[in-house]
Amino acid sequence: MFEKVKKIIVEQLGVEEEEISMESSFIDDLGADSLDIVELIMALEEEFDLEIPDSEAEKISTVGDIVDYIKSNS
Amino acid sequence: MSRIYSCGILGLGSSLPEKVLTNFDLEKMVDTTNEWIMKRTGISERRILEKDVPAHELGVDAANKALKDAGISAEDLDLIIVATETPDYLTPSTSCLIQSRINAKKAAAFDLNAACSGFIYGLTVADQFIKSGYYKYVLLIGCEGLSKITDWEDRNTCVLFGDAAGAAVLGRVEDGYGIMSTYIGADGDLGKNITAPCCYLSCEDIEVRTRDNKRVLWMDGGEVFKFAVKVMEHGTNKVLEQSNLTLEDLKLIVPHQANIRILDGAAKRLGVSKDKIFINLHKYGNISSASIPVGLNEAYEGKMFTKGDNLVLVGFGGGLTWGSALVRWSK
Repeated sequence: MFEKVKKIIVEQLGVEEEEISMESSFIDDLGADSLDIVELIMALEEEFDLEIPDSEAEKISTVGDIVDYIKSNS
Repeated sequence: MSRIYSCGILGLGSSLPEKVLTNFDLEKMVDTTNEWIMKRTGISERRILEKDVPAHELGVDAANKALKDAGISAEDLDLIIVATETPDYLTPSTSCLIQSRINAKKAAAFDLNAACSGFIYGLTVADQFIKSGYYKYVLLIGCEGLSKITDWEDRNTCVLFGDAAGAAVLGRVEDGYGIMSTYIGADGDLGKNITAPCCYLSCEDIEVRTRDNKRVLWMDGGEVFKFAVKVMEHGTNKVLEQSNLTLEDLKLIVPHQANIRILDGAAKRLGVSKDKIFINLHKYGNISSASIPVGLNEAYEGKMFTKGDNLVLVGFGGGLTWGSALVRWSK
């Protein structure tokens, strides 16, 4: 599942796969802004067929946060 | 509904304040930078009304231009619909103020509020009046003075909005042309993502606003962004489907101009190249219900389409509301 998430992050943020680890911060390490994160969440929602509510989305700061959320909600 | 007549756009006109507010001007007003605004919105400047000038002045100017373009007189008008979320008065309506100024003695007049989707809502209403034969000429104006309800201390929203009006004269056109299909919708469950209070202020409304004037506009950008990208794709596909057309049959999409990232996101989802999407938001920002008619008029004056070309107009915004229309250009 991490691989799938990674692929989507590469597509959405235009970063190299090697740059992405569970600890990567979207804003500090991957150069994303708030709208990039919204777009990323939309792509993940479609890929994994789930809804990430705004209150949860606000807590997401690293790749690991997203992977954990998807694990416990799909 | 049965269609006795075909309804189309006979004339267009738009009006913008002279005063320009650039991103560099905003840098001096709030904690922001030109680069930040450009990257997140695509807006580089917007037009702002002087404090003592009401928004309906723009509506009057746009209306006169549209009447001239249509080659009819204000006295011929049966109805004036103004789409606005920033009326100068709660009463009289902006449409009545404009009716008086352009001397459209015969015309009934009312305002309609569907925020940024207002022009498409108005187009859908006008289409019913004209295709049924009830009225011959309807003037539809998107007229907004958003600077008057902008929170100029909130850097998240004050960079987004501007003032403008765009008008269209609607009337009978030859069969097979004009408004081929319309689609409007609303999701009030999401309504509180964009608020501008009027006669009632809740504790939440007071809390999120920075200024003494608590009746300014507030928005949860992230939630609205998600909604907008999805609904622009959905609305475009819906009117294509209703008209038995595909994206290949389209000459141009004229969307509500809110944020370049919404337009890029929707283009990607639709699978259309960006040159099929009309963009002018860098010059005017988000001008709400005026956005689509101002954009359409600019594309029309720039000869970006001719008679017989299929256009999709698509809007989304406060309410939350959305609307789209497929227009086969008739002049």
